Amino acid sequence: MYLGWGCGLLASWRKTGLGKAIGTTLLLAVLVGALSGCELPWAKVNKEVIMATTTSTRDSGLLDVLIPAFEAKSDFIIKSVAVGTGQALEMGIKGEADVLLVHAPSSERPLVEDGTAISRRMVMHNDFVIVGPPADPAAVKETASAVEALQAIAAGEDVFISRGDESGTHKMEKSLWTTAELTPSGNKWYQEAGLGMGDTLAIASEKEGYTLTDRATYLARKSTLELEIVSEGDPVLLNLYHVMEVSSKKFPKVNAKGAKAWSDWLLGAEAQAIIAAFGVDKYGEPLFFADGGKTEAIYAPK
Amino acid sequence: MELIWQGVIEGFRLIFSLDPEVLRVTGLTLQVSGTATLIAVIVGIPLGTWLGVSRFRGRGTLVTMVNVGMGLPPVVAGLLVSILLWRNGPLGVLRLLYTPSAMVIAQGLIASPLVIGLTRSAVESLDPSIREQLRSLGASRGQMLWAMLNECRIGLLAAVIAGFGGVISEVGASAMVGGNITGHTRVLTTAIMLEVSKGNFGLAIALSTVLLTLAYVATALLTNLQQKGTRR
Repeated sequence: MYLGWGCGLLASWRKTGLGKAIGTTLLLAVLVGALSGCELPWAKVNKEVIMATTTSTRDSGLLDVLIPAFEAKSDFIIKSVAVGTGQALEMGIKGEADVLLVHAPSSERPLVEDGTAISRRMVMHNDFVIVGPPADPAAVKETASAVEALQAIAAGEDVFISRGDESGTHKMEKSLWTTAELTPSGNKWYQEAGLGMGDTLAIASEKEGYTLTDRATYLARKSTLELEIVSEGDPVLLNLYHVMEVSSKKFPKVNAKGAKAWSDWLLGAEAQAIIAAFGVDKYGEPLFFADGGKTEAIYAPK
Repeated sequence: MELIWQGVIEGFRLIFSLDPEVLRVTGLTLQVSGTATLIAVIVGIPLGTWLGVSRFRGRGTLVTMVNVGMGLPPVVAGLLVSILLWRNGPLGVLRLLYTPSAMVIAQGLIASPLVIGLTRSAVESLDPSIREQLRSLGASRGQMLWAMLNECRIGLLAAVIAGFGGVISEVGASAMVGGNITGHTRVLTTAIMLEVSKGNFGLAIALSTVLLTLAYVATALLTNLQQKGTRR
């Protein structure tokens, strides 16, 4: 096929001159580029499932175990695109993803309410912790709740690094400040990083400041950081992960079969067992707690 | 410093031990950036030559636009290509987003202005009397063009080297249109960024070493080709 194009190109060059030859070359070039390494994509049954998830989910390493396990049992291929929570949800809203795995319940519910996402089910949870410098200048270790911890940090005007990126972590952090009846932004000690959790932790470590993080990312990065957990266990700090399929009624181009296959598998016994055991051999404790079959109501703060 | 040194050693170890994951990522890097550079050359050298020899009203504007294109922020190119390739976007039916082909398109868009601009510059700085000479010797249009390109092959190869260098080092657009997906669209640059964000600095430095080695070998070969012409 390309040989034919090449000959046609040479022929046209001689006859019609440089201008038209350039045009044909351009067309050939674009075609070569678009088709390099693949068969005509629109002719095949769609085996690819695009999952929009978050960077912290990716960084935990859990997906590197779950996805191959699923692909071994299924015809579908999961393409996991890890972005900030805001972008992941936006991909769902625009119908650009087939399935979402995120952890921002208050932002997820509107998608179910307006029919963008269906079959929202809880998969697992982990928790957030507040970490800070070992010296703990704000005496956070002496506070009894997450809200009190933030109040102590604000009172002492100690450096606090925020994700600042509308991620699940950031939304959790903002809700805590709201509950504490404080508005930290605008103060010099409150710095918004605009980066993923790992990078934000690195900044907090460098600046000897505090930050809110999910336990999993903290454990994974602990050896490179000089931060300790200063506040944990408050029920409000639970980080709930739900999987939702993007509605194919609203977006016909969605791979509904693939999305359902993946979601169903995630809630099944094999995936739940993988989730429950993940991290134990490396960190001595699991990074996640399997929640298949439960609803978020059981974790609502009393 | 210890960290860097250890990372470099790990990098060479990864190369020589033919670590399969590193091989796969490196292979994809070469495939994507190589194809993109090839496209840029196929499109860019004819266009740049034409721009270099032609004289018409509005040529100045076109030249400026090409020069601006040379400095086009890659991440902007990536954003533009993403928007075009979104499922619900104009070219969504091609289902190219999150595939290596999308990365080739984005990288091609980044490399092309570089090749066009530098080719134009090389052709334009040819002594104008060359065209007179060739015409007086009875050269046809095609023969004239071929001889001119031969004369400025040093500049042309600089264009190719610049184009290649621009895309082998590209990370923003590749991550955006490719998604940096394990086993599908991860290349060396996006892998390095991922490992840094995960805190695996040693591995990031090792991968950087692999990337630098790859870039060095490719560019050395091209430079050799370029300098061959100067040994008269």
